[in-house]
Amino acid sequence: MTMRILARLLQVFGTNKTSWVGLGIFAAICAMALLAPWIAGSDPLEQDIIAKLRPPSGEHWFGTDEFGRDVYARLVWGARISLSVSISAISLALVVGGTIGLVSGYVGGRFDMLVMQAMDVILSFPALILGLIIVALLGPSQTNLIVAIALTAMAPFARIARAPTLIVKERQFVEAGRALGFGHARIIFVHVLPNILSEVLVMASLWMATAVRVEASLSFIGLGVRPPTPTWGGMIRDGFENILDAPWLCIYPGLAILALIFSLNMLGDGLRDATDPKLRGE
Amino acid sequence: MSDPVLTVRGLRKHFATGGGLSRAAAVTVRAVDGIGFEVRAGEAFGIVGESGCGKSTAGRAILRLIEPDAGEIVYRGQDVRAASGAALRALRRRLQIVFQDPYSSLNPRRSIGRALAEPIEVHGLAASAQEVRARVASLLDEVGLPADAAERYPHEFSGGQRQRIGIARALSVEPELIVADEPVSALDVSIQAQVLELMRRLQAQRGLSFVFIAHDLGVVRYFCQRVAVMYLGRIVEMGTAAELFGDPLHPYTRMLRDASPVPDPALRGRMPRIEGETPSPANPPSGCHFHPRCPHAMPACRERYPEETRVGGRMVACHLHGPGGG
Repeated sequence: MTMRILARLLQVFGTNKTSWVGLGIFAAICAMALLAPWIAGSDPLEQDIIAKLRPPSGEHWFGTDEFGRDVYARLVWGARISLSVSISAISLALVVGGTIGLVSGYVGGRFDMLVMQAMDVILSFPALILGLIIVALLGPSQTNLIVAIALTAMAPFARIARAPTLIVKERQFVEAGRALGFGHARIIFVHVLPNILSEVLVMASLWMATAVRVEASLSFIGLGVRPPTPTWGGMIRDGFENILDAPWLCIYPGLAILALIFSLNMLGDGLRDATDPKLRGE
Repeated sequence: MSDPVLTVRGLRKHFATGGGLSRAAAVTVRAVDGIGFEVRAGEAFGIVGESGCGKSTAGRAILRLIEPDAGEIVYRGQDVRAASGAALRALRRRLQIVFQDPYSSLNPRRSIGRALAEPIEVHGLAASAQEVRARVASLLDEVGLPADAAERYPHEFSGGQRQRIGIARALSVEPELIVADEPVSALDVSIQAQVLELMRRLQAQRGLSFVFIAHDLGVVRYFCQRVAVMYLGRIVEMGTAAELFGDPLHPYTRMLRDASPVPDPALRGRMPRIEGETPSPANPPSGCHFHPRCPHAMPACRERYPEETRVGGRMVACHLHGPGGG
């Protein structure tokens, strides 16, 4: 059963060329993160003061930073942090926020009003400020960083899940489910959820990009993953001081972030089309 | 006819609109304002009226898809309003609904087979996966759809076919009474006849009772044995379909009947118009709700709502036929 759905997903996904590009880039970045120990070439933490701020060359493909560390090696290892932090944070936000929005929209009435006003309070903080507060309270560590990003992204997911829930729950098949004696949990998770999932998934790919950015920003203020562990955001910050003399320090991690965000957006579009039953069919 | 299986008394549902978290409700819409009727075993009972008269709300309130404010609903001796938990689930198996809109009534992401199997599984009506499949196949056959429909999705079917699927889904839990809420009004006329024919066959084969909600008198006349006419949340006349449409007592029933086209060329061009608009159920006229549109309105009609009176075998609420009327 699941295999057939997967096959169908691939079938429609396959006709959409841009989503394949997105998937390809995303897969390449994932592969880079997984294969880091073998493809990085050198140790990302090894300093070589004599060879500092060297431009890209045959020896150092992407140049070296102010401590003489190899930018290519740091970029490859940095993919691990960026991906693991943002994927974990967004998964957490998707599950928690999505469930809140789904249940709140389905229950409706005053409960919905109160829950959504609480979400609005969270939404009123910029993601970075809220992340900062949370990490400052919990203390800097990779786990706390994930929790902080997840909490900031939770409210938008609640909103994004709630809006289509309000529409879907008015459809007669939900009423039919109640008439057939289905429990609320079954109606919410078996009948409403699949009909709102595509919207939430598209949102997830966009918020993955925000998570990458917030992770970078927090790392920069010293509330993220601590240096010298390489992260893309941290690399941009470090390179920022020398941006005129050594632009490669910012350009390559910047391009990496751009590629990741770009691929996630295209992937999201492909996912949306593939989960729409009107486009899948024979 | 046998004893009633469903008895409804004083059913009431008011909706509050315009209220907020702290503000009181601004307007009360009296969608259903104290109606009562009985449905007998194997009978098709029709509820007709213009849109907004509360007929659909009444149908949903019987099944508690909308929680009624007041009144009594008794199904085969069991108090429907008092049921909760397992008792309510058991009742819902026996009372089913078929919806008006065949496009919104099926989950677009579930195959027809899954949609029909799910209620069977939830209620534990089949012992094995094999038996579930067999039941799904026989349901599809019963409503006149090919067996391979089980593998397909709702968007692959036409409106009429979807309505058949909706009927099959209602039948999947082996109900005894079906509330059919305008089941054919969204369909083409040629398809309407087929779906009505199917429902009539099921009624005979399975001994089903129907509460048939419609605004099309022709359809009701064809399908129902007894009919209630609703106007602004109340029943104004109730009786057998033949009596009611042959010799309407209430001026509103007469108006509805006269507005319904009759396929007789001799009557061409003689169709009177329904006069006036339906007033808002949020602010119904005083006395008899119908008096502003009624050609026979008397002073009493403006002052008090007419009592329900028995005239022969039927009930009518009109001062013309009341104890003090003419």
